[in-house]
Amino acid sequence: MSSTNAAGFPGVAALRQVGRMATLGWEVLKNTPRRPFQRREFIQQCWFFVSVTWLPTALVSIPFGAVISLHLGSLTQQIGAQSFTGAAGALAIIQQASPLITALLVAGAGGSAMCADIGSRTIREEIAAMEVLGVSPIHRLIVPRVLAAVVVSMLLNGLVSVVGVLGGYFFNVVMQGGTPGAYLASFNALAQLPDLWVSEFKALIYGFVAGIVAAYRGLNPSSGPKGVGDAVNQAVVVTFLLLFLVNVVITGIYLQIVPAKGM
Amino acid sequence: MGVEVKVEGLTKSFGRQTIWRDVTLTLPAGEVSVLLGPSGTGKSVFLKSIIGLLRPERGTCVINGTDVCSCSERELYEIRKLLGVLFQDGALFGSMDIYDNVAFPLREHTRKSESEIRRIVGEKMELVGLTGAEHKLPGEISGGMRKRAGLARALVLDPEIILCDEPDSGLDPVRTAYLSQLLIDLNAQLDATILIVTHNINVARTVPDNLGMLFRRELVMFGPREVLLTSDEPVVAQFLGGRRVGPIGMSEEKDQATMDRERAHAEAGHMDAELAEDVRGVPPQLEPTAGLPERMAVRRRKDRVMRMLSSLPAGARQSVLASLTDADRHRYGLTAPLPQRPAPVTSVHGSLHEVARTPRDLGAAFTRRPWGGRR
Repeated sequence: MSSTNAAGFPGVAALRQVGRMATLGWEVLKNTPRRPFQRREFIQQCWFFVSVTWLPTALVSIPFGAVISLHLGSLTQQIGAQSFTGAAGALAIIQQASPLITALLVAGAGGSAMCADIGSRTIREEIAAMEVLGVSPIHRLIVPRVLAAVVVSMLLNGLVSVVGVLGGYFFNVVMQGGTPGAYLASFNALAQLPDLWVSEFKALIYGFVAGIVAAYRGLNPSSGPKGVGDAVNQAVVVTFLLLFLVNVVITGIYLQIVPAKGM
Repeated sequence: MGVEVKVEGLTKSFGRQTIWRDVTLTLPAGEVSVLLGPSGTGKSVFLKSIIGLLRPERGTCVINGTDVCSCSERELYEIRKLLGVLFQDGALFGSMDIYDNVAFPLREHTRKSESEIRRIVGEKMELVGLTGAEHKLPGEISGGMRKRAGLARALVLDPEIILCDEPDSGLDPVRTAYLSQLLIDLNAQLDATILIVTHNINVARTVPDNLGMLFRRELVMFGPREVLLTSDEPVVAQFLGGRRVGPIGMSEEKDQATMDRERAHAEAGHMDAELAEDVRGVPPQLEPTAGLPERMAVRRRKDRVMRMLSSLPAGARQSVLASLTDADRHRYGLTAPLPQRPAPVTSVHGSLHEVARTPRDLGAAFTRRPWGGRR
């Protein structure tokens, strides 16, 4: 059927999507420094993002910290290195778990809400009307939202780190009878400051990717209300896949660049 | 004065489906034009191509010296400041109330004070009859009100070009009449170029200076209103008459068997609902409300039509001549007196031909698509 079409080889449609998404990302970066900055929209969107994500994030990070702590606890007990539970726990939570939880929640709760919002505006022709009124929807709507996603996911990352470590501490000390002093003292035995930086860097990238994917799918839904629903669904799935991929890449590079802390 | 829109050889398709091809027309500056067409012939797509929301594959659309089909994003935003567009459903911003919606272009593009904005918005709201609904959200008002609010927003920057996508759909006949009058009044006040896309026959017959029709992926005709309203082209005649007999079917095309069956049916005395009243001929055009300035477009159009008179089909020429006043005839150097009679005429008289100084067969040669998209 479509052999006469411009599509040359299998997968070209997917590549086209990737290309257009990257273009949108570039447009957003280009429009970010443009005056006047939409401060009001930005603050509203930040608040909106926080309100839909903070509670689920905190609730997810408690069991996460607990699980890591429980696993490590029984392992370290067997090899007699119980006092290092805190060290390993902090490293695992700050460097890996916390950006991932942030990613899941930013994409699943924040990104989906944003995609639905933009998508319904698109099918009601609000976006077209805005363009025709001579106002760039990217500058006016997308930039504040993507920035809000970035800022909030960096803040959420801090929240997850704290709540996760506290959860780990609680389970280690109260449930497994670990010594509070040892947990705290070994805290910085393995973890180091660059771990925190890379964690925040990941959160920044995750927030940006989640924002761009949600905006892209929201701006290009297939027609009708069902199209918006599908767009939201796809936005979440695509964001998850991208974020895990990005995580592998960043972690790989980080481990090559920053030497592990010697003891 | 408004700005001319010059469309040449425009072709648009989605994938392999051609929407229309090779559309060539010029919206004369400051005049009101209507683009007709059965549902699904790409009228809205055409409108969106003019405002640069869709990029056609081929052709140009020049507004104020800029081709919106190939210009940069920045140029496009500049051009759009000249445009006021009324979308089919009003396209209001759902998160803002009506007042903020109408004030939006003023806040974005001007440095007017809040009190000045309030004055302008109040004025436009009164124009479309929405005073008192300022602080409702778009979700809380009816479709007709949304449409009128959308029009108020389109007008707030005093645009040079006003484009309306089906201003009458979802409105009752009374409100449609008010809206038609409003558009004519606006044209008198702003002298803006107006394009209305519709399939309302009444609007098409009484509002525009120029009339065009899209059908089967091309522009059937575009020209002064007399040309379409007196046309013998089957598609145009069928559409304006609202009949079933003719080339337009329920789905876009119609096969010969269906056509024959329907013709036999009609000849047997069966009438379509719309046929009860004969709506052919050229009815008088809407005038601006008393007290408003005269429409400058009327004079400009008359000059233009008189220049091209010799190339018009006989019926249209007849109708144009019949619509001239004594002063007009003097102005255009037509001395022969015209017989007094109402505007719509179907037969051609010798005296008129002497007046127009054209041979009879020239008119006949042009009965088919003289201003159409085909070249």
